[in-house]
Amino acid sequence: METKRISRRQFVKGSGALIVSFNFLGPVSRVLGQNETFANTDPEATALDSWVSIAQDGSVTVFTSKVDLGTGVVTALSQIVAEELDVPFHRIHMETGDTSNTIDQAATVGSRTIERGGPQLRQAAAAARQELLKLAAVRLETPVEQLTVSDGVVSVIGSPAKKISYANLIGGRRFDVKITATGVGAAMNVAAEVRAKDHKEYKIVGTSVPRIDLPPKFTGEFIYTPDVRVPGMLHGRVVRPAVVNSKPLNVDETSIAQIAGVVKVVQEGSFVGVVAKTEWSAIQAARTLKVTWSTPATKLPANNDELHAYLKNTKSFAERVVADKGSLEPAFSQAAKTFEATYHWPFQLHGMIGPSCAVADVQGNKATIWAGSQGTFNTRRQVAEMLGLPEKNVRVIYRESAGCYGRLSPDDVPQDAALMSRAVGKPVRVQWMREDEHAWEPKGPAQLMTARAGVDAQGKVIAWDYMDRSFPWTTTGMVLLASRQVGLKPKGQGIPNGTDGGGEIYSFDNQKVVAAAIPWLHPDPTPLRTSNLRAPGDLARTFASESFMDEIASSLAVDPVQFRLRYLSSSKRPTDALLAVTKKAGWQERPSPAPASNGSKAKGRGVAVGNRSNTMTAAVAEVEVDRATGKISVKRVVLAHDCGLIVNPDGLTNQIEGNVIQGVSRTLMEEVQFDASGVKNLDWASYPIITFQDAPEVDIVLINRPEMQPLGGGEPSIVPVPAAIANAVFDAIGVRLREIPFTPERVLSALKA
Amino acid sequence: MARISLTVNGKSHVVDTDPSTPLLYVLRDDLELNGPRFGCGLSQCGACTVILDDKSVRSCGLPVSAVGSRKITTLEGLGSVARPHRLQKAFIEEQAAQCGFCMNGMIMTAKVLLDKNPAPTDVDIKRALNGNLCRCGSHVRVVRAIKRAASMKA
Repeated sequence: METKRISRRQFVKGSGALIVSFNFLGPVSRVLGQNETFANTDPEATALDSWVSIAQDGSVTVFTSKVDLGTGVVTALSQIVAEELDVPFHRIHMETGDTSNTIDQAATVGSRTIERGGPQLRQAAAAARQELLKLAAVRLETPVEQLTVSDGVVSVIGSPAKKISYANLIGGRRFDVKITATGVGAAMNVAAEVRAKDHKEYKIVGTSVPRIDLPPKFTGEFIYTPDVRVPGMLHGRVVRPAVVNSKPLNVDETSIAQIAGVVKVVQEGSFVGVVAKTEWSAIQAARTLKVTWSTPATKLPANNDELHAYLKNTKSFAERVVADKGSLEPAFSQAAKTFEATYHWPFQLHGMIGPSCAVADVQGNKATIWAGSQGTFNTRRQVAEMLGLPEKNVRVIYRESAGCYGRLSPDDVPQDAALMSRAVGKPVRVQWMREDEHAWEPKGPAQLMTARAGVDAQGKVIAWDYMDRSFPWTTTGMVLLASRQVGLKPKGQGIPNGTDGGGEIYSFDNQKVVAAAIPWLHPDPTPLRTSNLRAPGDLARTFASESFMDEIASSLAVDPVQFRLRYLSSSKRPTDALLAVTKKAGWQERPSPAPASNGSKAKGRGVAVGNRSNTMTAAVAEVEVDRATGKISVKRVVLAHDCGLIVNPDGLTNQIEGNVIQGVSRTLMEEVQFDASGVKNLDWASYPIITFQDAPEVDIVLINRPEMQPLGGGEPSIVPVPAAIANAVFDAIGVRLREIPFTPERVLSALKA
Repeated sequence: MARISLTVNGKSHVVDTDPSTPLLYVLRDDLELNGPRFGCGLSQCGACTVILDDKSVRSCGLPVSAVGSRKITTLEGLGSVARPHRLQKAFIEEQAAQCGFCMNGMIMTAKVLLDKNPAPTDVDIKRALNGNLCRCGSHVRVVRAIKRAASMKA
């Protein structure tokens, strides 16, 4: 595999192609003419050739708009296709996220790629296999029922000498076959009538195939977005105000006259950028350019108190009732004991290690964009709209970015690059600087959760009333930054921040769970604009609901695991996850808090259950709290994970480890600081994230359910982590923390309270 | 502009550039080496790490004119997919990355560590890498990969 990749790379280089791409470049797509930059029409979902092609050497190219965000999902999708087609894994090549040759299967978001994109590709592969069998039946003069396939070779059952390879059947030629495809995007059903393999026949799905993208990532041979180089390419940097609705009253170009290599100061509407011959010139020019900005029309809340008051007092524009059962108020009036608590989640950063970057080449009425967008078709639409071009005149080519956890779902930088490229008539690569990214990336929304519960005289929870008040993803309602700066109008308030995690997995006699979306700084995007951040909404909601469960259990002096099991009675999968995690963690049954300990460091353990996108998780965190300094050390996290059928166990384990560690970071350390004029933490020193010395040990229990469809693994495992830590801290020191992050200062002040 | 001589991965280069340009941009844009990556430009994250002689250095903050006669090694200088260095081999075997964007810094920092301390403990490794940020949470695997590399023959 590796040799093939290198020779392919050298081939591309030698052939004078503009872009040297190392990853996922299949050798055959070109035979189908799918490399035409601007086709008159998009590929059709009902053409088998739009999904799969087989080269003369028998290698298989799969075309998909689903992209790898550094999670290894393309390896898993390759396994699914190899399995269904009965070809060796290493013969599969994935062409991902190029709008010119893929079908829009929706953006890569929400841990839905395996769940939804997987079956789409599986069915396309099954349809291709069926077609190949039909062709083989003619060539081998044998009915399809008497044929078998192994490693891309069709043979007659019982007469293995009678055989023909996929390459000989169709290599280098089109299928020219129609398949069914109904619905659009993630909901599209592809070749639904074709029977796919039973899971009992799986040989490749379910194995830990090493990730195809990793080796070149360790050697510098992988091509990420910032590595795209186009001949004649210039370098751009953005110059942004404190809030986007300020206008540049004056741009003083003489202020950068001394900087060599500046090509142009680009100003269009309120957008300002500089284009230069080298990166360093562009950086210096962007830093030095004197721009006088108008006083912003929008003010941000000045501090957390104002923010919390805003969340509490502002009328929602959408409410999703997740559970509504029984009658709450009569139940509360019968309760022997009631509980009430409020929890806060701050704005947080996605914090891509590599800031946003894209290359745009706008020539006449056509534009080519190289971007790390999670949805290249969305980017195509957005760029086309801003430039006033038909969508078919814009081609977006995916190149992987740094891990983005939702940040590149609204991908701003392609528009910046497109504006600058159009202004200079040359390809322009725009790299956001660290401060651009920290200031202007759309933040994970702040949330305010309130919970009330009533317990009867026997200690049974008879009422559960849970409300989440969250900002939506404003970037889904507003146009992107550059669009807004050139005057495009916003389109709505934005999509609400998810729904799961308010305790709806538990069965209480009287229960209400509501997720409310609070309008946010509409219509002007500000540095506190928002978007989906890993396990959006669910993370905060579960932090609150699972902390609250613990508060009740503790008050009733019941072991927190036993307490949860009482109300999970009818749900097998979360129960199994909870039992699995407690077994692995060696959970000692007793109520929290732990018996008081001496010494400066207190130890505790906490548990939490999570559900997201139908994937079930349960976590146990073991912590040590330093009473003198307030520092929490998460020593170990054990996590049980059930996402149905597991496609690649090691790939999944890798994802879970990452989710857990990122979850610890977001719980203990992360909060966007802001004041009325903007974001205050513009670097890693002021927005610290977890480092090696603080990363916990992670133990994982994978629950495989081969009889189920595979579900997502990209983000559900972060969901129970914050509450498990909160509960462990309570177990250790008997103090309840209800506001993220759990900084040493907050711990100390809670200990004093 | 000035003509500056550099030795990178054993080869001599002369670049014509503004001498204040940070080394990172010269390596990436003039020499087309993609191993060192732009992460912050503030010497905070480690993604741009290269080795100068035998020390790891943040190339985003070092003017190219300050390199002098020191030999520069980038990730490409360690090995390739076809001929990986033992660290690269160990990282592959441990599948020690997710997005991989920070891995240049992890591997280059680990190289300097192993050169000085051929048998590091977990504590040594975590201390050496503590200034290298990883957002995907590959920390556990990175530590394992470095231990694995240490156990391989150099």
